[in-house]
Amino acid sequence: MRREIPLLITGIVGFGFVVQYFVPHYPFSEMSNWFADWFSIVQACAIVLGGLNLMKVSFKKVMDKKDDWGYAVVVILSFVVVLGIGFTGGEEFRVPGTPFDWLYNYIYIPLSATMFSILAFYVASASYRAFRARNFEATLLLVAAFFVMLGRVPVGEVISGFMPVGYRLGDLASWTMNFPQAAGQRAIMIGIGLGIVSTSLRIILGIERSHIGGGE
Amino acid sequence: MRNRLRSFRSPSLCTPGFLLTLIILLIGVSISFAQDEPVVVDTTSAVPDSVLAERVPLPPTNIRVADRLNDAGGSIVITWDMSPDDRVEGKVQEYMVMRAEIVGGQPGEFVEVGDATPGATEYSDGNTKDGIEYLYKVVAVNNYLENNTVIWKELAESGLSDPIKSSAQWFNSSRLSPFIGILLLGFFIIYFINQAKSGKKLFIRKIAGMEAVDEAVGRATEMGKKIYYVPGLSDMDNVQTIAAMSILGRVAELAAEYETYLDVPVCRSMVMVTAREMVKEAYSKVGRPDSYSNEQVHYLTDDQFGYAAAIDGMVVREEPATIFYMGTFYAESLILAETGNSIGAIQIAGTAMPSQLPFFVAACDYTLIGEELFAASAYLSKAPKELGSLKGQDMGKAVILVALILGMLLETFNIWQFSKLFAVQ
Repeated sequence: MRREIPLLITGIVGFGFVVQYFVPHYPFSEMSNWFADWFSIVQACAIVLGGLNLMKVSFKKVMDKKDDWGYAVVVILSFVVVLGIGFTGGEEFRVPGTPFDWLYNYIYIPLSATMFSILAFYVASASYRAFRARNFEATLLLVAAFFVMLGRVPVGEVISGFMPVGYRLGDLASWTMNFPQAAGQRAIMIGIGLGIVSTSLRIILGIERSHIGGGE
Repeated sequence: MRNRLRSFRSPSLCTPGFLLTLIILLIGVSISFAQDEPVVVDTTSAVPDSVLAERVPLPPTNIRVADRLNDAGGSIVITWDMSPDDRVEGKVQEYMVMRAEIVGGQPGEFVEVGDATPGATEYSDGNTKDGIEYLYKVVAVNNYLENNTVIWKELAESGLSDPIKSSAQWFNSSRLSPFIGILLLGFFIIYFINQAKSGKKLFIRKIAGMEAVDEAVGRATEMGKKIYYVPGLSDMDNVQTIAAMSILGRVAELAAEYETYLDVPVCRSMVMVTAREMVKEAYSKVGRPDSYSNEQVHYLTDDQFGYAAAIDGMVVREEPATIFYMGTFYAESLILAETGNSIGAIQIAGTAMPSQLPFFVAACDYTLIGEELFAASAYLSKAPKELGSLKGQDMGKAVILVALILGMLLETFNIWQFSKLFAVQ
């Protein structure tokens, strides 16, 4: 029964979702909204589990004096401070000028922006590795990337300005993006679409059971 | 009478000061109203017939009504032929759509249900009650404004529409092509599952990333280091996360078998609960339930870059030998994969996010591209039923390939407008 009931629920709900896509009549028309609401409620309750787990793991790390336990102290302090300020601010915590708003604008946003900006450096190092002309495919990638990058910056237009319209570097970059790139992307998208349908059917029909621990 | 007058005048409210205040207030109120809504000044009664004929537009004609197709009811589409005066510098400023309920065979009072700009020939009334009969008419409006005040307004009503009722449909006919597609794919999957069950050997092409799972786990065992499994940013309502959980089960079995520590940092509470069940079950399956601890699957944060920062920190400090990235990833994909690459970990990634695939391909040793992520669980399990479903999926791809080639040829020669068969609303 431990497996049958989840399988039955998955099957019924999954089948209901397939039906609601094709049947616009009530109650199917509302099913998607109901499930979205239920999911939000379950998700909101589950966040407590996550928070508690984070605290438990961090406290244990500090108590056991495990390697790098100092980071766990920072996690605990940050958690307590943000949670405390959020709760004491009441319903007005989002109003500009409140301590919570200050934390958000002057600590959270700069930290997130810092992480995001690291991406620029990683793109450079990853591109360097990807564009090394080790074989035919990598060389093709290098040549395509060279023209696309050059075609997307003003200097590309300057260099190829003497050529007729339609044959300049910018046009070549657009052609590469609109045809070979788009074709490859669409092929991947079709595969993804089929994979999603196939996986969903396997789950709905109870063939794929690994997400509930597998077994017959 | 005198008494009455006296009694009227007696309150102090009738002092000149009060009257002045009242007048100022009334002017203020009228100005404030004038700013919100145009004031209509009816001057038609004083207008000669010849001027009136110049102002009044010709009405719209041929009012057609239809129940909106493929909807959940409560909507009627009204179409009309434009007024001949609806042109540049013409006499139509807007169309008003009027509706009346038919009660006891008689139309009730017409009320405005919406308006349309000049040039429009269609309006969708989304506020109808199913089963009730309605009549519609469309009114062409010509008006003249001065300082946001309507100086005059002339209306020209169309004839009445036929009676109409809105209703909900039981099948969305615009989605017929995906319906047929799903039936076809379902048929292929069930057919090949039966083939596999009957013992027929099915050829499944090798997925390099999945072939490398054993090697990756083995490497971590040899080095005596951890394995990290990162299940992406999405929650359990995303099929990519479900696929990631299925692969986690297989990876956890191998890790338990080789007695290698598997660390699963997650960013969604529900994923944490599911992943715990998966890993626990996998450890029990290979006979090592005692090796499992709840701490292996732990929550970090729901925040995208907070999650990336936490994993980056752990990777740099603990230097795991193997890292799996399976599921939904966004901008953090390269941040994670490059950090893993910098410590020399063997990395296997899988995602169905096309924009993140190039990053994983560049920074990881193996990448499951799109559909391979969904095929991985079946591929690893080698169970006939699951392999049969993979074969069915391949047949679906073959059908799409044939349709693409056929469609390309037919569209090139403009025959049948083939692509319209696949249009979905």
